[in-house]
Amino acid sequence: MRRLERQLAETSQPHLGRRRFIAATATVAGGLMVGFRATSSAAQDEAAGAQASAPNPFEAYIQIDSEHRVTVLSAHMEGGQGIYAGLATLVAEELDADWSQMQATGASGNIALYGNMAMGGAFQLTGGSTAMSSSWQRYRQAGALARALLVSAAAESWGVPASEISVEKGVLAHASGKTGQFGEFVAAAAALPVPAKVKLKDAGQWTYIGNEDLRRPDTARKTRGEQDYTIDVLLPDMLTAVLKRAPRFGATAKSYDADPIMAMPGVVKVVATPRGVAVVAKSYWEALKARDALEVEWDESAAETRSTAGLMEGYRTEADDGSGVLVHTVGDAAGALDDAAEVVSADFEFPYLAHAAMEPLNAVGRLQDGEFEIWAGHQMPDYYQATAAQILGIAPDKVKLHVMMTGGFFGRRATPDADVIVETASIVKAMGEGVAVRVQWSREDDMTGGRYRPMYFHRVSAALDGAGKLSAWRHHIVGQSILKGTVFESALMADGVDSTSVEGVDNMPYAIPNQSVSLSTTDVGIPVLWWRSVGHTHTAYAVETMIDDLARKAGRDAVDFRRDMLRDFPRHLGVLELAAEKAGWSNAPPEGIHRGVALHASFGTYVAEVAEVSVKDDGSWKVERVVCAVDCGTAVNPDVIRAQMEGGIGFALAGIVHGEITLTDGVVDQDNYDSYKVLRINEMPSVEVHIVNSAEAPTGVGEPGVPPLGPAVANALLSATGERKRVLPLGTRV
Amino acid sequence: MATLDINGATHEVDVAPDTPLLWVLRDHLQMTGTKFGCGKAQCGACTVYINGSPARSCIMPVAAVQSAEITTIEGLAGNAAEAVRSAWTELDVPQCGYCQSGQVMAAAALLESNPAPSDADIDQAMSGNICRCATYVRIRAAIHQAANDLRSAGDA
Repeated sequence: MRRLERQLAETSQPHLGRRRFIAATATVAGGLMVGFRATSSAAQDEAAGAQASAPNPFEAYIQIDSEHRVTVLSAHMEGGQGIYAGLATLVAEELDADWSQMQATGASGNIALYGNMAMGGAFQLTGGSTAMSSSWQRYRQAGALARALLVSAAAESWGVPASEISVEKGVLAHASGKTGQFGEFVAAAAALPVPAKVKLKDAGQWTYIGNEDLRRPDTARKTRGEQDYTIDVLLPDMLTAVLKRAPRFGATAKSYDADPIMAMPGVVKVVATPRGVAVVAKSYWEALKARDALEVEWDESAAETRSTAGLMEGYRTEADDGSGVLVHTVGDAAGALDDAAEVVSADFEFPYLAHAAMEPLNAVGRLQDGEFEIWAGHQMPDYYQATAAQILGIAPDKVKLHVMMTGGFFGRRATPDADVIVETASIVKAMGEGVAVRVQWSREDDMTGGRYRPMYFHRVSAALDGAGKLSAWRHHIVGQSILKGTVFESALMADGVDSTSVEGVDNMPYAIPNQSVSLSTTDVGIPVLWWRSVGHTHTAYAVETMIDDLARKAGRDAVDFRRDMLRDFPRHLGVLELAAEKAGWSNAPPEGIHRGVALHASFGTYVAEVAEVSVKDDGSWKVERVVCAVDCGTAVNPDVIRAQMEGGIGFALAGIVHGEITLTDGVVDQDNYDSYKVLRINEMPSVEVHIVNSAEAPTGVGEPGVPPLGPAVANALLSATGERKRVLPLGTRV
Repeated sequence: MATLDINGATHEVDVAPDTPLLWVLRDHLQMTGTKFGCGKAQCGACTVYINGSPARSCIMPVAAVQSAEITTIEGLAGNAAEAVRSAWTELDVPQCGYCQSGQVMAAAALLESNPAPSDADIDQAMSGNICRCATYVRIRAAIHQAANDLRSAGDA
């Protein structure tokens, strides 16, 4: 967090003194599109006596067309989390636009403009719930700058002082009766020098930020099937490729017989790629049928052939050995455990989980005149650009990325091995110039294709002292590293510790005087990845069910017990108190209802959830209601925040009730939604979301709703049954 | 060659008879509003109407629907459909939106047959449509709202 805040502070007034020019650019079909594209060339800066420095952060954030439509060019991919609405809100606020004229689209290709500021700005990334914090300053400033330029252009046109022009809901007006809209002035505005100073509104002046009534610009399209995703990209004479992949991770194609496949209807080519053998055909169905008929002999000498059940036994043995790297230590946990009045010890098992987003992985690529274009859900554009360039043997600036609206991602579109990008670039290279190819994964490809939330084993011992206070916590986690072996390893791993394996347990807010957290990183050939809230998906479950058990052991109420240990953490305490109050925690639950509470902060956002569970005589159980309190700083789009908490709760519930990827002898057992169950509407609880009123800088909401749900539900189930569940998934019967 | 009646228009397509309707719509007719999610009638993203009833186009061979009236999200119309769309927009139901063509089709079909569905009715009618963003709270609320709006319009 400190790093994030510092970066926000550093970017709050970026080089406004430099002289810049904005040029009209880019005409597109349907009208003149004018980009606010600053050209801070060295020559211009020198002419103005300014020093050339870092790329202009205001380049290319806003386009306005002749119909007065304002298009925000988003540094972050939209896949349901609501960032297009979020960035449109920031721009509309400062621009004084009308909400109905706002829309947004994905942008990439310039790290100086679109680099993720929460991650240091050096690369473009959608992830870690950082979009809003990363872009909070720069998009408001872009809006304010655009407004100032439009006012100047109108002032020149009307022959009146700029200071006398008002802007409201997209209309510029002067007391003389002159009025106009953005599109009329944008060409002139774009040719004016950028003002040296621009003042952002104070919070008291906001009309869009924090506005409950804003709705997303793309909703109507989505109710009519008019929103285009990668799967909907249509290029002339486009072919479809489906890959035959090895049945076990780590296996490679040894040989295959393309001849019978080439004779099948629609088949154009069979292409070997580093990731499997691709059948390229005129349509998906023809490609799929040919792929299924294709026989490939695999070299499994390097393949992972173990089963998950055996792997988990190995993890347990690793915990028995008690080795591992010490990650975090406070006081003397071992000594305090020895001296304790009461000790609670527990083992936890967490399975592999698939993202299972609705749009199966895909990309569309085409090489033309030496330039490669690729349409996809690019969570890591620069990295994919460099990867594609390397495969095709062209310069990175000859790779143009189209960041598409994506049918859910939950982390799955940020892959360190650039899976579908590698496939697309490899196939396009084999097909040659001018041939457009869509690579489409089937659901089975997607489900069995790896990149899971890693499987983990936790062993925890915690102690109460004679006064019933939590005195010691020893926690050993065993599992795979997400970062190890990837391009991120050197930058993000220190001393062999992947922070994503232990986040949420090495930074507990509770005042525990003796703590020891250790990690054993396992070597398994099953590809893993970040899955919505990453390490917090399992650490929050272990920590918050243990806290509940300790409260019971101490004879304390679950909220009171936590409250006492949170004196120095007002934001944690704030959401805990709010959730408890709104859930009516101090009153007994209705007949047949059992409550549980959990609290967890992740990605700078604080969330507490109270779950209410019912259990039937036949052992079936249901989460009836969840009351959620969230503190994400300034609530930019309250309705989006609510939606992300609702969705995060449903996503988490799917994981703890049903979610489990298992392997038998290295082969994944689940391959579609019938065997890997996700949440359906009949299992969805009612959800109430309460947002803490805050003037702090905004933080993310895509992930933080997920972690507290599992332990809150487990704690409610414990109230109902007296039995603690520590092996996930919980299943549908107690 | 298959002849299809889609949204009131006749289309001729040269495809193998086992080609699923979904891929005829998407790859051969460039009607991309109907989405591919599972290929196995598990998720409902590909929902269309066959003779007015919701069906999964991903497992529907084109040969089986040659004499049927096919309605897709692009051709979905009528009071119930528009009430659903209005409620969807007012409550901002979609997140990623990928499943929502199917959700809207299923919800409109429910309201056509049941103008005042209970929560249990909604669960039953909509549980074949997966939303991985879990927009279910709003789907339920929006169906109730659309039902209310339709009744109010009927009373007026």
